Amino acid sequence: MTDIHSDGPVFAEEFLPADVQDDATRAQVRTARETRTTEGRMFTVTGGDWDSVFTDTEFTDDERIIVNMGPQHPSTHGVLRLILELEGETVVQARAVIGYLHTGIEKSCEFRTFTQAVTFLTRADYLSPAFNEAAYCMAVEKLLDTEVPQRAQVVRVLLMELTRISSHLVAIATGGMELGALTGMTMGFREREEALHLMEFLTGLRMNMAFIRPGGVAQDLPAGSIERITEFIKVMDKRLPEYDRLLTGQPIWKGRTQGVGILPLQGCMQLGITGPVLRSAGLAWDLRKTMPYCGYETYDFEVPTLTGADCYDRYLLRVAEMHESLKIMRQCVERLREPGPIMVQDKKIGWPAQLSIGADGMGNSLEHIRHIMGESMEALIHHFKLVTEGFSVPPGQAYVGIEAPRGELGAHVVSSGGTRPWRVHLRDPGFVNLQAMPAMSEGGMVADVVASVASIDPVMGGVDR
Amino acid sequence: MNPDKTPGRPASEPATGQPEQAASPAAGVPAVRDPGELPAQQVPAAPPTGRPRTGMFGVHGTGDTSGYGGLVREPYTPPRSERPYGGYFDEVADALAAAMADRQIPATAIEQVSVAHGEMTVYVAREHLVALLQACRDDVSLRFELASSISGVDYGEGVPRRLHVVYELLSMTYRRRIRLEVAVDVADATVPSAVAVYPTADWHEREVWDMFGVEFAGHPGLTRILMPDDWIGFPQRKDYPLGGIPVEYKGAEVASPDQRRAYS
Repeated sequence: MTDIHSDGPVFAEEFLPADVQDDATRAQVRTARETRTTEGRMFTVTGGDWDSVFTDTEFTDDERIIVNMGPQHPSTHGVLRLILELEGETVVQARAVIGYLHTGIEKSCEFRTFTQAVTFLTRADYLSPAFNEAAYCMAVEKLLDTEVPQRAQVVRVLLMELTRISSHLVAIATGGMELGALTGMTMGFREREEALHLMEFLTGLRMNMAFIRPGGVAQDLPAGSIERITEFIKVMDKRLPEYDRLLTGQPIWKGRTQGVGILPLQGCMQLGITGPVLRSAGLAWDLRKTMPYCGYETYDFEVPTLTGADCYDRYLLRVAEMHESLKIMRQCVERLREPGPIMVQDKKIGWPAQLSIGADGMGNSLEHIRHIMGESMEALIHHFKLVTEGFSVPPGQAYVGIEAPRGELGAHVVSSGGTRPWRVHLRDPGFVNLQAMPAMSEGGMVADVVASVASIDPVMGGVDR
Repeated sequence: MNPDKTPGRPASEPATGQPEQAASPAAGVPAVRDPGELPAQQVPAAPPTGRPRTGMFGVHGTGDTSGYGGLVREPYTPPRSERPYGGYFDEVADALAAAMADRQIPATAIEQVSVAHGEMTVYVAREHLVALLQACRDDVSLRFELASSISGVDYGEGVPRRLHVVYELLSMTYRRRIRLEVAVDVADATVPSAVAVYPTADWHEREVWDMFGVEFAGHPGLTRILMPDDWIGFPQRKDYPLGGIPVEYKGAEVASPDQRRAYS
C-alpha cells in the first residue's frame, strides 16, 4: 500500500488487497479491463487519461463508441446515468437511465398517517423540501376541505421562497463546478449555508424539515425570526450581485453556456417542461402567477422570462428569480409581524402539541403536558387519538400543482377514508424535465451534455423518489 | 331509473352554447351530459374504490369485542355530478362534448363525470382515451397543452377494475385543470399509450408500468424505469408487500411498518 500523500500519481491498483498484489492483477487493474461481448469490445474505465487506456489496443478512430457516464460521476448531478453514443466528440444519441436512488417513498407513505407521510415526502427532492411538503399538505387540505390560517400561509410562502433561493444556489454552484467555474461553486455553497442556517433557526432543521404539516405548520416561528430573516435578506442583497460580477459577463462561462442545450418552446411544450427551462424559452408560465395558491396573488413580484432557450438564459433566470424570492420574503416579514394561529383550529385535525425546547431537546411543551395530564380529559383523548391513529380524511382524490424551483411540482393524493393515504404520487419536475436531456444534447459535444444536464438541474432524490 | 325517462336530444343538436338547464334530466337520472344519446343505464359508471369494509376500529380476528363486528360499509364510489358543475367545469364539459361530436367520438367514451374538491374527473373508456386526449389537446376551446402528470392508483385486491391511470391535464391558455381517469382489470391491464399525443407521457407511462404493471399499448419503449430491469413484480400494487424488519429499541420490539396496527 502506498502512502497517498507521497509524490507522483497514485493508481487504483495500489489499493488492492494484499493477497492479489501480484503483477498480473496489478497490470490488469492498471489498464482498462477489456471484455469482448456480442455487441463489441467493452472497456471499464475508472479514471486516468483515455489516451493511455487505448494505446495498447487495436482501436480505430472511426469506431462507434458508447459511453456510460455515471451513475457515479461528479458531473451527473447525483446518481444519474447517461448513455452517450459518440462519433468523435459529437453525441449522436443520448439516453438517461434513472432509478438508482429509488427509495419507495410513495409506497412507504401508504403505511403511515397523513401527518407522518410528510417526513417521507420532504426527502424526495432533497433540495426543495418545503415544496414537497407544501404540495402534499395542500392536497390533503383540499380533501379535508379546510382552510389554513393566514399566518401559516405566510410561513409557508416564506419557507418556500427561502428554499427556492437555496435550491437555485445549489443549481448554480454545482452547475458551475461541472463546467469548471469552481469559484461559482464555493460562492454558491457559501450563500446556501446562510440560507440553511436561517432555515435551521426557523424550523430546527437545515433540510428535510417536515415543518409544513396538513392543517398548517408544525409550530410558530421562534422569537427573533424577523431580525434573522431581515439580516439574511441584507446579506443576500449584497452577495447576489457578486454572481453577476463573477459569471454573467465572464467569457468562459458564456462560451460554455451560450447557445448550448437549446430547447425551444415547441420542444418544451411537447416534453412537458416547466420551470426555468420553460421560461428561458419565452413563456412566462409560473404557477405562482398563473394559478396562484397560498396567497401568492397578494405578493408583488415579477416572473423573469428570457427567449434564448439556452443554458446561459437558464442561469440568468435562476439569479433573477432569487432576487424576486428575496422581494417576496421581504413582504412576508411585514406580514409576520401580525400574530395569529399557525394550525387549523379544528381539534380533530390540528396537531395538538406546541413544541418547545427542553433540557433534553425538542418535545411537547410543559404547558401542553400539564393541560392534557392534569386539566382536560378531552385534550388527552384528542392528543392520543391524533398521535397514534391520526385523523381521517374523506375518500376521494386531489391534485395540487405548485411552482417548485425546477417547475411544476404536483401532489396527487388519494384517500380511502382512513387515516393513511391510499396513494401519494409526486409529479416531480426533475423527473419530467430530465426527458429533455436527449433533445438538448444530441448533435452537440460531449462537454455540452454536462452543461445541459446542469441547466435542467435534476435532483435525483425527486426524480427517483 | 327507467331508460325511457331519459330526455331525448337530437344528435344533430350542436353541443355548445345551448341552454343546458332546459335539457337537464329528470330526478334520479344521472345528469351527466351524454353528448350523443344514450340511456344512462348503458353507460358504465366509475368503479368503486375499495371493497366493502366490515367492523370498526380496524380490529379483526379478536371476536366481536367492539360490538360493531357485523357492520358492513359499502366502498366509496365517486358519485356522478349533476349539472351545473360550477366554475369553469360546465364550459369544459360543453367544449368537450362539442369536440367529441366533431371527432365522432361516441358518448360511451365518457363513463362518468365527477366534480369534487374543485376538481373535475372524467372517467373514460380506454378505447377512446387517445382520441379524447387528442381532442383535449387540440380543440381550440379546450387547449389542454400540458399533461402535467400521469400516475397509477391500485384500489386493491377484489375490486373490479382495480387499476386506474390518472391523467392530469393542464390548459395554459385558459388556466384550467381537468383529470381523465381510466380503470382496467389486472387480468387485462392494457391502456393505449398517450405518447403520440403528449410526448411527455413517455416516462410517466414507464413509471406506471414499472410500479403497477399497466401495459401501455403503442408506447415506443415500455421498460422499467425506477426498478432494475430484471425486477419481478409491480411494487406499488396493493398486494405487493412493503417489506421491512422489526427493530429492537431499548429492549422492546417495534414491528415493521406494514405489520403495525392500521386504523383504516
